[in-house]
Amino acid sequence: MDSTSRMSYRRIEIALKPGIEDPSSIHTAWEISSTLCLSVRAVGVVPVYTVYSGLSDEKLVDFAREVLCDPVITTFSIGSPIAITASAFSWAVEVSFKQGVTDNVGHTAEQVLSMMTGAEGCRVYRSTQYLIDADIDLDSVKRIASEVLYNDLIEEIDILSYDEFVRGGGFNVKERHYIHGYVPETKSHDLHISEKELMELSKERVLALSVRELVHFRSYFDTEEVRSRRKMVGLGQNPTDVELEVFAQTQSEHCKHKIFNATIEYKEDGKIQRIDSLFKTYIRGVTDEIAKYKGWLISVFKDNAGVIRFNEEYNLTFKVETHNSPSALDPYGGSITGIVGCDRDPAGTGVGSRIIAHTDVLCFGDPFNREKLPPKMMHPKRIMEGVIKGIEDGGNKCGIPTINGGLIFDKSYSGKPLVFCGSVGIMPEKINGKLTHRKEVLPGDIIVMVGGRIGKDGIHGATFSSEEIKETSPSQAVQIGDPITQKKMLDMLIEARDKELYRSITDNGAGGLSSSVGEMALFSGGAALELEKAPLKYPGLDPWEILLSEAQERMTLAVPAEKLESLLALASKRDVIATSVGKFTKSGFFHVTYEGETVCYLDLNFLHENIPLFLKAEWQPVNVHEHRPEINRSLSEVVLELISDLNSCSREPLIRRYDHEVGGGVMVKPLVGPLEAGPSDGGVISPLSTSHRGFVLTVGINPFFSRIDTYHMASCAVDEALRNAVVIGADPEKVAMLDNFCWPDPVYDKQKTPDGKFKLAQLVRACKGLYETARAYGTPFISGKDSMKNDYKVGKHKVSVLPTVLISAIGIIPDVRKCVTSDFKYSGDLIYLIGMTGKHMGESLYYRRYGGSSSSVSVVEPAQNLPVYKCYFSLTQQGLIVSGHDLSEGGLAVSIAESCIGGMVGAEVDLGGIPESVDLEDEEVLFSESSGRILVSVTPDNEKRFLEATAGVAVSKIGIVRDVGKLVVRSGKGKTVVSISVQELIDRYRNPLYKVMGMKRS
Amino acid sequence: MKTTAPGALILTGYGINCDYESLTACRIAGFSARRIHLNDLLEETSMIFQSKLVVFPGGFSFGDDLGSGVAFSAKIRYSFSGLFDILMEYVEKGGLILGVCNGFQILIHLGMLPASGMKYGEKEATLAPNREGYYVDRWVYLKAERESQNVFTRGLDILKLPVRHSEGRFIPRDETILRRIERNRQVCLRYCDEDGNPTQAFPLNPNSSVNSIAGVCDPSGRVFGLMPHPEAATSFYHYPDWTKRREKLIREGASFSDAGEGALLFKNAFEFVK
Repeated sequence: MDSTSRMSYRRIEIALKPGIEDPSSIHTAWEISSTLCLSVRAVGVVPVYTVYSGLSDEKLVDFAREVLCDPVITTFSIGSPIAITASAFSWAVEVSFKQGVTDNVGHTAEQVLSMMTGAEGCRVYRSTQYLIDADIDLDSVKRIASEVLYNDLIEEIDILSYDEFVRGGGFNVKERHYIHGYVPETKSHDLHISEKELMELSKERVLALSVRELVHFRSYFDTEEVRSRRKMVGLGQNPTDVELEVFAQTQSEHCKHKIFNATIEYKEDGKIQRIDSLFKTYIRGVTDEIAKYKGWLISVFKDNAGVIRFNEEYNLTFKVETHNSPSALDPYGGSITGIVGCDRDPAGTGVGSRIIAHTDVLCFGDPFNREKLPPKMMHPKRIMEGVIKGIEDGGNKCGIPTINGGLIFDKSYSGKPLVFCGSVGIMPEKINGKLTHRKEVLPGDIIVMVGGRIGKDGIHGATFSSEEIKETSPSQAVQIGDPITQKKMLDMLIEARDKELYRSITDNGAGGLSSSVGEMALFSGGAALELEKAPLKYPGLDPWEILLSEAQERMTLAVPAEKLESLLALASKRDVIATSVGKFTKSGFFHVTYEGETVCYLDLNFLHENIPLFLKAEWQPVNVHEHRPEINRSLSEVVLELISDLNSCSREPLIRRYDHEVGGGVMVKPLVGPLEAGPSDGGVISPLSTSHRGFVLTVGINPFFSRIDTYHMASCAVDEALRNAVVIGADPEKVAMLDNFCWPDPVYDKQKTPDGKFKLAQLVRACKGLYETARAYGTPFISGKDSMKNDYKVGKHKVSVLPTVLISAIGIIPDVRKCVTSDFKYSGDLIYLIGMTGKHMGESLYYRRYGGSSSSVSVVEPAQNLPVYKCYFSLTQQGLIVSGHDLSEGGLAVSIAESCIGGMVGAEVDLGGIPESVDLEDEEVLFSESSGRILVSVTPDNEKRFLEATAGVAVSKIGIVRDVGKLVVRSGKGKTVVSISVQELIDRYRNPLYKVMGMKRS
Repeated sequence: MKTTAPGALILTGYGINCDYESLTACRIAGFSARRIHLNDLLEETSMIFQSKLVVFPGGFSFGDDLGSGVAFSAKIRYSFSGLFDILMEYVEKGGLILGVCNGFQILIHLGMLPASGMKYGEKEATLAPNREGYYVDRWVYLKAERESQNVFTRGLDILKLPVRHSEGRFIPRDETILRRIERNRQVCLRYCDEDGNPTQAFPLNPNSSVNSIAGVCDPSGRVFGLMPHPEAATSFYHYPDWTKRREKLIREGASFSDAGEGALLFKNAFEFVK
């Protein structure tokens, strides 16, 4: 390769050969017409690669023909637009990434180009050209661009009309340069300024610090001792911007959970209670109590993920994260970094575990919204599309099965969607005799950063997510994940772990190196970090940016000096970047240098100190007007409308886009039955090829109950998660839980949050609900997360999420071959309802849909339910349960319908079989959402054994599975109230989400 | 005895992700199998000759960034160690190669499949994006070609395996190639309905593959690629409706084995080389 050849830009454009259909074109056209009601004849999609190299056109032709283009179905052009020959169009829109945004395709193309030609320093940038054929004006094109084709936070566009395109020979080459010659600098800040100025500083730098916290920070620098120590390392009296940023990140709500650790004065019913930390009192509190008698909790609330015992040789790790704010701004980037980022938690727990399962629970606004959207708010449907694609790519590309999840729609999620991502890992209990869940860092260990390079992406993620979404929300907070870089890294780290090439590991998540090194430094007692050694994506980053960047796919290791060479060699062999960036020390200080000069020197104890927060909460019971809805249609029609409601219909189009089988261990999949049409209550994995032992993942979530009482909202979530696990076959004595809180800002502020005291009281009530329910069930919390600022506020427009608790459960299944699924199996099987039905209509799916209101929210009775769950478990172990399904949204009717759908078989049900029905209306029996109930079928041969084994448990025989192609329900008086063909149930249940997403039903 | 068991190499690295279950599938069949990172193989290509089966498992090599399997095949083609030629030599000497999903895509891009004109290395077909435009995970019925010389599908008829891909639509470069692979009986698996009739109807044919093609072999029958995942159906408990199948067997009083149909392909490979 001639190293002196001049570098230049060339555009390579790819188009499909005539006659080859392009699914992405068709989908884009559908999105335009469905989102904007604009009619377009066609949209052509042309991938564009801009190559910056010194290569000859001949070489580039080879590259295009062999790599960029698929000669069977596509053609290419170099240096001239392919559009003219490719398709008819009236407008051309080209979307490119903004400078510095992660471009995975471009990056891979670069690697292949260098493999092919040996040329170095080549750059490839990927853009996409859309050729729109429609009779529309420029304004409409701009609308299409901004609402369908691109996101101005991360991308930029160019638009040409057909005439302009032809006249100018298509789009010009976009030259991309980074400003060279910028000399990174570190500034110091004099904080002896007015409170108003402090607040301005906090806002301007997105520090999310209060005046009180800034004053506390300032006072640290005002002591003689600190001043003289700073002088010794060459620092002045004022903090540097690096120090200010490190402090803000460490003290952010995101990292410090200030609200959950605050002292709260809680007022209810005239009585005042002082709570010293909700977390310690309730969440950790209940786990501590349970840990005394459950020996399988290995590491809880200490590390990046919770750790429980799986069997004698292996432990499981589990973590659920939220990534709400980033997903609101860039749905795809936000959710993919959410899930891929969550993986780094179990991967960074103890000495690291291998990720084997994903879960995802998503809450969106109304996808049919037709109202005009305020600024910075994206259409819920677009958010949904992007988030789902991110979850899909994050899981599928990393080879991790997504085995369970949830999906909720409510207007309150239109400001910020909730994106809960969960990851489960597995690790041997010991490696070479050493316990793997322990973390240890010794002074002298080398700090090694592994994975991707550092750019400006994701700066201020930790502090930004600690605020509401507003007009000034920073664009750099957005990142795009690269699952393959992470997959390569995590594969390599497992090899390194098993060879004991490092001592300890943690992830680089919120706060980047500042957080990972800062936290690991606590184990050894100090760290000396040399920032100039960190590999950058491009030059020109200030030291504080390198330290705070949340550029993705990075882990931090503590490596014994004698292992460093072997570790770096392994990394290089696996094509993974690994760099030594300093040393752990016992100096007591977080000491950061840049090119030999100290830029940060902070006392670790001071840095991690808790600054106590004092908050007030005041509970007021919600007054709900009791109103029974008038229904002017048949109950059959009601059942059909409920199973096709977006909050209860089949999640099949999502499930099928997520690989839910990779790894070979998934034994109960999210879709069950011969047609894979029935819903599963959870996902089951048997992770070891040598054993049938397994675990189940389930969720419990019902934010709607928050409208009545968050206590029951939280309590029901615990019950639902546990019950789902038990229904499939988990041992109720071996179920652990994770709590994820997503709250609207609960800190009282006269202007911003006048109802803060009530929202905080809702939080207190939710914690109490969790505590009491989990204690009675004996289900400990092993990890969790809170996200406390889920508000959108621009101008007068404020949207706050419903107070939402997600409970994710992980339960041990002694033998997966005994699992039970929800589908009815055979005609003639007897249908039983386990549990009691009461009048629990408040915020039920039925009431929500038809405008009913009631305060009669579902109430959990653990003392009554636990013996039932234990009994059910023993039934599954004896093989007495043919099908089992929980009752939740939509109550008995929906549960029966789903079991029919899964089994593709009918049923005859008699509501009179339920003794409680004498006091209830038919619709109450059908749609009440009383907790603690399970629908089962048993064979007639086993009925006697079933009844003997359930003596003392409320069971009601309610019907029989019938191969008559119909679901028929009779009221207690013998009147047929529901009669629906099974095929109609299947269609109405399966179709709605496919329609919303513009996908053909699979 | 274990030491004399034929060897199998399972490729890993760069985003391959079905390596663990492929390892299990090979071991169940009787192979002495191990996972090997592509870069380790490039460094020591001779180890290929110690094995009888090389598996290119499914996954998302290089994130499917330039089209599935494109970058990975480029890495093999342009490597200094001449891995492509070594693989060809290995096949000529009687070795077996299996490519599943992403592995199939890699073999197609390398031109090791279908190679109907015996010109290995020339790209004769592609696996284009599914016509419905999205990734799909679902179980499909497959009909095996009885008269095919393919080692892996010998004696098989109708089987059920999962597909999990967004780019699986088999399109030959031209009509001649299509006629040739049909005439040579290189098309050894087709998407079909429950009764074994090949179909173009979605979702039975999940990607609208030409002639319902789900898998093809080379003229020797020793190189085989398929979109569905046999390694994901090696156990009775892998099937999405196994709880119903279990009920059926219990009620019929029939005994049942733990094996799934996917295991048969690996077993065939083992029988051929043992």
